[in-house]
Amino acid sequence: MTEILKISGIDKSFSGVTVLKNINFSIQKGEVHAIVGENGAGKSTLMKIIAGELEPDGGKIYLNGTEVKFHSPIDAIHAGISLIHQEFSLVPQLTVYENIFLGRELSKKFFKIDFIDKKAMKKSALEVLKTFGILNIPVDSRVRDLSVADKQLTEIAKALSMNSRILIMDEPTAALTLRETELLFSILKNLKAQGVTIIFISHRLEEIFEIADVVTVLRNGELVGTKKIDEVTMEEVVSMMVGKSMKSRFPEKPIREISNEKMLEIKNLSSDAFKNVNFILRKGEILGIAGLVGCGNMQLGESIFGLRDFKGDVYLEGKHINISEPTDAIKKGIFLVPEDRHDLGLVLQRSVKENHALPNLDLFSEFGFVMQKKEKQSVRASISYLNTKVSSMNQKVDNLSGGNQQKVVLGKWLVRSPKILILDEPTRGIDIGAKYEIYKFMYDQALKGVSIIFISSELAEVLSLSDRILVMSEGRITRELDPKNTSQEDILKFAVKGKES
Amino acid sequence: MALSNGFIRKYGVIFGLLGIIIFFAIESPNYFFTTSNFILISKQSSINILLALGQMFVILTAGIDLSDGAIAGLVGAVAAGVTVATGNLFFGLVAGLGVGIGFGIVNGIIVAFAKVPAFIATLATMSAITGITLIYTQGEPIWNLPSSFDFIGQGNLLDIPFSIILMALSFVVVWIILERTKYGRHVYAVGGNIKASRAAGVKISSVLISVYAISGLLAAIAGIILASRLGTAEPSAGSGYELDAIAAVVLGGTSLFGGEGWVVGTIIGGYIIAVLNNGMTIMNISSYYQEVVKGLVILLAVMMTSFGKKYWNE
Repeated sequence: MTEILKISGIDKSFSGVTVLKNINFSIQKGEVHAIVGENGAGKSTLMKIIAGELEPDGGKIYLNGTEVKFHSPIDAIHAGISLIHQEFSLVPQLTVYENIFLGRELSKKFFKIDFIDKKAMKKSALEVLKTFGILNIPVDSRVRDLSVADKQLTEIAKALSMNSRILIMDEPTAALTLRETELLFSILKNLKAQGVTIIFISHRLEEIFEIADVVTVLRNGELVGTKKIDEVTMEEVVSMMVGKSMKSRFPEKPIREISNEKMLEIKNLSSDAFKNVNFILRKGEILGIAGLVGCGNMQLGESIFGLRDFKGDVYLEGKHINISEPTDAIKKGIFLVPEDRHDLGLVLQRSVKENHALPNLDLFSEFGFVMQKKEKQSVRASISYLNTKVSSMNQKVDNLSGGNQQKVVLGKWLVRSPKILILDEPTRGIDIGAKYEIYKFMYDQALKGVSIIFISSELAEVLSLSDRILVMSEGRITRELDPKNTSQEDILKFAVKGKES
Repeated sequence: MALSNGFIRKYGVIFGLLGIIIFFAIESPNYFFTTSNFILISKQSSINILLALGQMFVILTAGIDLSDGAIAGLVGAVAAGVTVATGNLFFGLVAGLGVGIGFGIVNGIIVAFAKVPAFIATLATMSAITGITLIYTQGEPIWNLPSSFDFIGQGNLLDIPFSIILMALSFVVVWIILERTKYGRHVYAVGGNIKASRAAGVKISSVLISVYAISGLLAAIAGIILASRLGTAEPSAGSGYELDAIAAVVLGGTSLFGGEGWVVGTIIGGYIIAVLNNGMTIMNISSYYQEVVKGLVILLAVMMTSFGKKYWNE
């Protein structure tokens, strides 16, 4: 293998805060090089520097042994380096091939006037796709009609057609289903075989161990180390990331008896996303609902909280209840921590205090006036219970890290002493330390008698935390499993089962 | 960084206003920089600021109310017409305020339930309300208003013009509502993230309808002051006023995307416009040029806030 990229002594700081300090490592041609680290470790900044979106304060980048200086992403693209963003830079109204050739459209002359040559662009786009084994994208489709996975592949094809031979992918699998991830990985392997180098950022360690050849770990802007993937264990990578040896990614499960008391009973729940769902949730129980993306578990959670229409019956502590709006659920002590906290959980422009107070203003106000003292006390209590790191309670939630944002979402419901918490992917996009705290929080709440519906597609955490697991596939519950004698493979089997039969 | 960003947004506009005042004070110390002139400026700005305070509620929910100038015009006519017809000021005021709130509610219902974008909804009602004013007045001004009616826009209470008192009261009430009440929090939240607000149990449609109703109410007060100040209700009164009101809100740092704003900023924004008008008139600048300058100042101010924001976010 030959060294294609060498990062030497890179420093970067933003308004006095050091983000990267003396980063040195090299990347070999044709390898999949994973970059891992907690949120704020400096991964994205480093990638932006390599891709020319940011300029380093110090240090050098060598491409094939010669020093390069990028002043813009265009410079990097000309040198063969493309960054595939989490948010795609595609024009939704245009077709796949038009996007691939955006800004460098092929043309033909007709009476000395340049006209766009759609045929040639389509042909050339197809060639690129074929060469790199990306066979399932309809080049004629408009990008807005594509799935997330296909959008991503389009983005990759665009980079390849611009002759990029180093692809930087920032959390490419975050929004993909398991199958799409597999497809992406097989395409990445194909690219690798053709000499394309891939730099890969991911929070999912399982994936890194599946696809990467080498892993580089960053912590607090410093390089911890670069290791060959077959010379290191997952636990070692975790300790490198967090800087102390963590025995486990999960806290120990507290020993407890779960009473037979029924907290929630769901009978024949149906909607356009799920069919005939029945289950019982006991007091103090953590009930995992596992499944692949799109299996309907997210919609199920949102329906019980009143965000979506459904048919069927819901019983709370034996009494039939009607839920048609979130207000109804909130009054009954049923709360949702949504999968997408930016979309449903927080008002980003507003402060920690206001977000905390929003659903609880009835408790904090008298005659319509907000009682500042009461409100502040409550915010303070929640911040200290959840160990939320904020500069002040007036800080905008937009400026918090993912983990702390999630704690604000969790904290606002605790004020109302929940009966049922519906946690939908509560650890998504959150670093390991904060994940651990959220797991501990879940146990703590369960010990207090709160029942938890734990919706997650991360099988390891479902297995570790749940008292019982329901597996969903294509809108139906296909199996109930006891986590004590279940493996990730078992869950997967029932999660994809519906698709096969 | 958050602090600096907020700082620029919040206090930049104060420095802007001070800068303009200092400029005119140097250019015209004898006429501009006098107590009587500042009272005049306040009086002149009161109508725009009342409209702007109402407009602010709507803009905070990421909407816009293009009809508030038209509502002010119609309310002026109705209040004057009913007062003249019944000979009773009280009936005139009640009718006027009722019409303002009523059309505000109509705007709100169209936006909240028919889900028509606010820009289109209020553009349509603006046109319709302007027409209704012309129909009601038959295109003729309404004269012969009783002196009690004139008091609202022309009278003084303890040597302070009554219209300024109304403006100040409205400011205090709006500040309390937006900064200190549950309802105010809901307004900010709905504008910031309508879905998250629903998931937090906020009743979205009542918030949306009420902000347009408040805008209608404040437009009604502005319309009554306007008719009273002129001593007649002109059928074309209020037309175009919505634009100055929107300008004041935006100058004051309220985001057109909703969820962020500052009541004091809106007042300062209103004063910037009024001081510019007044100062340029004193300097004998033709009203044609005044419009150009006003446009440029608004553009510059908004560019500075968005530049400041970008710079501090880097």
